Formats: sequence, C-alpha cells, structure tokens
Amino acid sequence: MSDLIDNVPLTEEEFLLNMGPQHPSTHGVLRLVLKMRGEFIEDVIPHIGYLHRSIEKIAENRTYAQFMPYTDRIDYCASMPCNLAWALTVEKLAGIEAPPRAQYLRVIMTELNRIASHLIYLGVMSLDLGAFTPFLYAFREREMILDLFEMTCGQRLTYNYMRIGGVSRDIPPDFASKCREFTRIFRKRVDDYEAILTNNPIFLTRTKNIGILPIKVGLDYGASGPTIRGSGHNWDIRKAEPYSSYDKFDFKVPLGKNGDVWDRYIVRVQEMRESCNIVDQALDGLPEGDIKAKVPGVFKPPAGEVVMRIEAPRGEMGYYVVSDGTTKPYRVKIRTASFGNLQVLRYLSRGYKIADLVAIFGSLDVVLPEVDR
Amino acid sequence: MLELTGLFQWIYAIASSLFSSLGLSEIILDIFLMVLAGAAIIIFLALMALFLIWWERKVAAHFQDRLGPMMTGWHGWLQTIADAIKLLQKEDIVVANADRPVHFWAPVVAFASCFMVYAVIPFGKGALAADLNIGILYILAITTFTVISIVMAGWASNNKYALLGGMRSASQVISYEVPLTLSLMGAVIMAGTLSTGQFVEAQGPYIWKWFVWPQFLGFTIYLMASTAELNRTPFDLPEAEQELVAGFNIEYSGMKFAMFFLAEFLNMFTVGAVATTIFLGGWQPPFPALSFIPSWIWFLGKSLFIVFLIMWFKWTYPRVRVDHLLAFAWKVLLPLSFANLILTAAGVLIF
Repeated sequence: MSDLIDNVPLTEEEFLLNMGPQHPSTHGVLRLVLKMRGEFIEDVIPHIGYLHRSIEKIAENRTYAQFMPYTDRIDYCASMPCNLAWALTVEKLAGIEAPPRAQYLRVIMTELNRIASHLIYLGVMSLDLGAFTPFLYAFREREMILDLFEMTCGQRLTYNYMRIGGVSRDIPPDFASKCREFTRIFRKRVDDYEAILTNNPIFLTRTKNIGILPIKVGLDYGASGPTIRGSGHNWDIRKAEPYSSYDKFDFKVPLGKNGDVWDRYIVRVQEMRESCNIVDQALDGLPEGDIKAKVPGVFKPPAGEVVMRIEAPRGEMGYYVVSDGTTKPYRVKIRTASFGNLQVLRYLSRGYKIADLVAIFGSLDVVLPEVDR
Repeated sequence: MLELTGLFQWIYAIASSLFSSLGLSEIILDIFLMVLAGAAIIIFLALMALFLIWWERKVAAHFQDRLGPMMTGWHGWLQTIADAIKLLQKEDIVVANADRPVHFWAPVVAFASCFMVYAVIPFGKGALAADLNIGILYILAITTFTVISIVMAGWASNNKYALLGGMRSASQVISYEVPLTLSLMGAVIMAGTLSTGQFVEAQGPYIWKWFVWPQFLGFTIYLMASTAELNRTPFDLPEAEQELVAGFNIEYSGMKFAMFFLAEFLNMFTVGAVATTIFLGGWQPPFPALSFIPSWIWFLGKSLFIVFLIMWFKWTYPRVRVDHLLAFAWKVLLPLSFANLILTAAGVLIF
C-alpha cells in the first residue's frame, strides 16, 4: 500500500489508512489512501476506476440514438443533463435545432434534475457531517421530483427522456399544476434546510474555512460548477454559452467568497432556489408546438467533429464526437465535472483532519460513476 | 397503592418466614434478598434497554418524517427482540492478530459497568438497592469504566479505525469527566450529602425546591458533558460512522456487538436516572397533591424525559470535530463549572 502514495518511507508517527472502496462516506466506490499522523492527514491519493464501464468505447458500437440510454448511466443522480448534452452534441453535429417547446421542456427537466441532484448533495453532505435528519428531508423532496419525472417519462432514475431533435414525449396535462405545487412547497422546504444547517454553530465550525479552494488552483485542476463558483469564479455555461433557450430566462448565478466548504454548500442551496425560478418561468412561457424536430430514421450526420458542453449540476459536462459520416460515431470523449472536481481533493485536504476530509469530499459532490464512466 | 415498598415488604415477609421455617440464619436471608434485588435490577434494565432501542428508532423516525419499525408487533415493539435474536445467532468473529482476551473482555466491562451504577439509584420510594454514603462518588467512578472498555475494544481489534476511535474516546471521556464531576459538586454542596437517597429527600416533593433551578448551569453542563460521555451525537466521535466507519466496535459482531449496543443505551438511561436523582427531585412528584401517582412512575417519567432530550440532540445536530470537542470541554465547560461551583459555595456560605 505504501508505494501507492510516494517512495518516502513512513516515520514512526505516521501510518497509512485505507479508506474505501467500502466506506460509508466515499459516495460510491472510491478508494482513498491516506497518510496520517494521528488524526491529521499528511497526504491523500484517490484511486479511481472501480466503476469503469467503457461507456466511451460502447458509444463507438452504437448508433447515435442508441447511445442515449447509456448517457443515463454516466451520472445516475442527474441523468437529464447527460441526456441533454448528448442530444445537443449530436444536434450541433447534424445542424438540427429542437423546436421551442422541446427546448423549454428540456430546461424544465434539467432544472428539476438539478434540484434533485443538489438535494442528494445536501443530504449526503449533512450525513457526512453526522446530521442524519436533513438526509431524509432531502430525499422526501427528491421523491416529489421523481414523481414528476415518472409522470413524464415513466422512469424514476435513468430517464432516457431526451431525443435527438427533441424529447421523447410531451408532458401530461396535470404536469404543470403539479410542478408549480412542487416549486411552491419546495421554496419553503429550502428555508427549513437552511434553518437546520446554515447558521447551526456546529455546522459553521465544521465548514467555515475548511478546504479553501483558490480560483487559480481550481481552474488548473479543471474544477467546475458549484465547486469553482463557491470560490467566486463567475462561470456558468448557461450564462456564458447559452444553450436550449437559457438566454430567455432570468436567473442569477450564485457565487461564494472564500471557496470553503460552507461557500460550496450555500452556492448549491441558492442554485436550488434559482432553479425553482427557472422552472416557474419555463412553465409560464411554455410555447405550443412540436416536441421533436424531423430527424431521418437512419440518421447519418455529416463527417466532422464537434464539442458541446452544458452546465450539469456538478459542473461542466460535455461530449466530443468525431463522426465519419456513418450511423455510428467514430469516437466519443465524455468530459464530466466530477473527474475535475475530484482532483482538487488532494490539494484541499492536506493538513486537515480526517473529519474535515469527509466534509471536503462531501462538498465536492462527486459521483463516482461519472468519474470512471 | 402501587408503590414498590409494599411489594418489597411482601417479598421480605414471605422470604423471612420461609427462611425461618427452614431454620436458616438472617445472613443467608440478607444475601438472598441482595441477589434478588440484583436480579430484579438486571431484568428491569434488560427490558429498559430493549425498550430504549425501539423508542430511539421511533423518535428518530418521527423526527425524520418516517414511521420507523411497524411490522413486528404493534408499531414494531417486537423489533428489538427480533434484532437481539438475530444478533444471538450471528457468528462471533475475532479478527486475526486480535488481542483475544482483551477483545473478549471489552464488551463485558462495558456491559457490567453500566449495571453497577444502578445499585445506588433510587427507583422509587424505598426502592434503593444500596444507600451508600458516597453514592455520587460511586456513580462517577463506575461510569468512567465505559472508557476503559472502549479503549480496550479499540486496542484489541487490530484495526486502525478502531484504534483511532479508541484514542478519540480516551481523550474525549477523560476531558469531559472533569466538568461532569464539577457540575454535580454544586448540587452536592447544596444537599450536603453524597448519598443518593438523601439527595432525593433533600429536594422534597416541591418542584420549586428541586436543584435544577438553583443549579441550572450545573444541570446544563451535566447534560452536555454526559452526552459527550455517552459518545452520542453531537459528540459521537469514537464511533463516527462517516469518518471511522464504526469506530471502536468495527470488529465486533454478534452478541459482543449487541453488548456494546445495549450498554450504550443503558448508559443513556443512567444519565437520565442520575440527572433525575440529583437535579429533578428523584422519585418525588412536583407537587405533594400529585403523590397519588406511584413514585417509580415519576422516576421513570423524568428519566425518560432526559433520555428523550439526548435523542433529540442526536437527531438534530451535526457532529463536532475532535479538536473543537476538546476545546469546548477545557475552554468553555470547565471554567463554567468552576464558576458554578464557586458561586454555589459562596451562596451556601452566605445564606
């Protein structure tokens, strides 16, 4: 185990601690090798790859439409954005534009999924800090979102809702009223979470000034999404490179100041509120019309290569696709946010205690299947 | 009346007539009655532990908008019995290179020490197994045994997580022992005794005379320090699941694990019982007019209220970090408990 960390022999006061792959707070299957001095962490190496499923290679053997269900499995906490990114990539490659109604439906679904994903973050983060109750509160609200998804596409986890050129089906008639009811209830529930966590003295001491990520370091490592916005870096692809009609919505990009665990927490909490606003606006302005553009049955995009990225709940999510003009992509590269975010863990947690490592890792909101793909 | 005193006199009458008819001496009668009292306490506590585990799950569930166990019996009241049977059937695993005798004795120490405290707890009027004149000192001495068992378990398990848990526990419990002891001393000065029986007598059946009012600071410190002694959230560092997986009891399975588990819940009831005896008037009713309710019901009600408070903490707060925990003990609780002690002593001297 010692050769995994470095070649410097351990002193008598140091020891190696193998955290994971089976450990309650590694959020899936991650292995951390920790060099410890008592409770203090001297070094930490994440070992990834336990969930590798060769999704990129599989893509080369599937048609563009057939690959859509595989994108669900990249990030199971937020499948809709993975779907959307793939649909947008292929549309950009083939020069298709989804009809306005489909674009609005995509926005509604991805924003609801962003809330659901941030709720998992909130629950698991508080669980990592030892507070069990917010975990179940968060899952209670997530259940309402899953009910909405089930109404729409019949699935509760891997939605496979987006299609190249649009979405798979229109929303049912009572979706709008149920969704409005959800946003109305949810805004109050966010206040509840904040009441139990945001100004709790124990929570503050556990999160303030812990794991400070400077903007430069974060950018060098490729951190994105709420992780880098918590440090105050104003970078949201929904604003910077609007896709799927995001330029028509009025929303703010919450930013943190210090880049510590608490800032990453509060950015996500505020993002949940903003997502509620976006969902309400999209429901208000939902245009009539088709939900899917005309796409030929045997879909052959022109040869070429394309990069498309979106703002997934965990940060920048994108695909690089090389097409050789056949029905199957020649090469697909998936860029996921968690991979970049996980890399800063080593920088962030040196010198802190093992309890802080858990808090820092929770605040990065890493989903391991997304890291390994 | 439903007082326990009547039951005890009845048992004593039967036993003494039986023993004298058999021609046995008074000493054997005394020994028999002490064994009987011990057995009664053990049975009561075993049932109490099972009840507390069920209750904790119910309290947690209702805090979290859930139902908790519902399938086994009425509202799942048989669930802990089912769990205990499951744990009894489990294989007792001792890891390789474990310190086997220490590994074996750690849960026994934990389990035995939490029973020993109850010798001096007055459960009700006349229901006090041994009225030691140093009762409070005895309680403080015995409750400290828990840390020995945790350090033993952490050391013997041959596991780094267990060792970290054991070390955390040692520093935590020893630190919190100091404010815990000092917080009780204010009440001891006011009562002028260390005997638990006389403590209850000193407070009387008047709610305004209970030591919780003049000693409110001491009561608060006792509650916080004893939550830390119990290793429960927000101070559950020795077994912090998200950090140390299960901490000191990570390598325990089957009945040995169950003994740690039961001991934790019994210690929680101990805290409730001690707080009741010292601060909340013991088995006395709050008003003399309410003395028609049997004293043991008052005792149980007050103790379970304290237990409920501790459960409430657990299901509300996040966990503190180990250095904050120790800083809180030495920098906040210790000066406060000293101030409380000095103020109480001055008050007693003046009035």
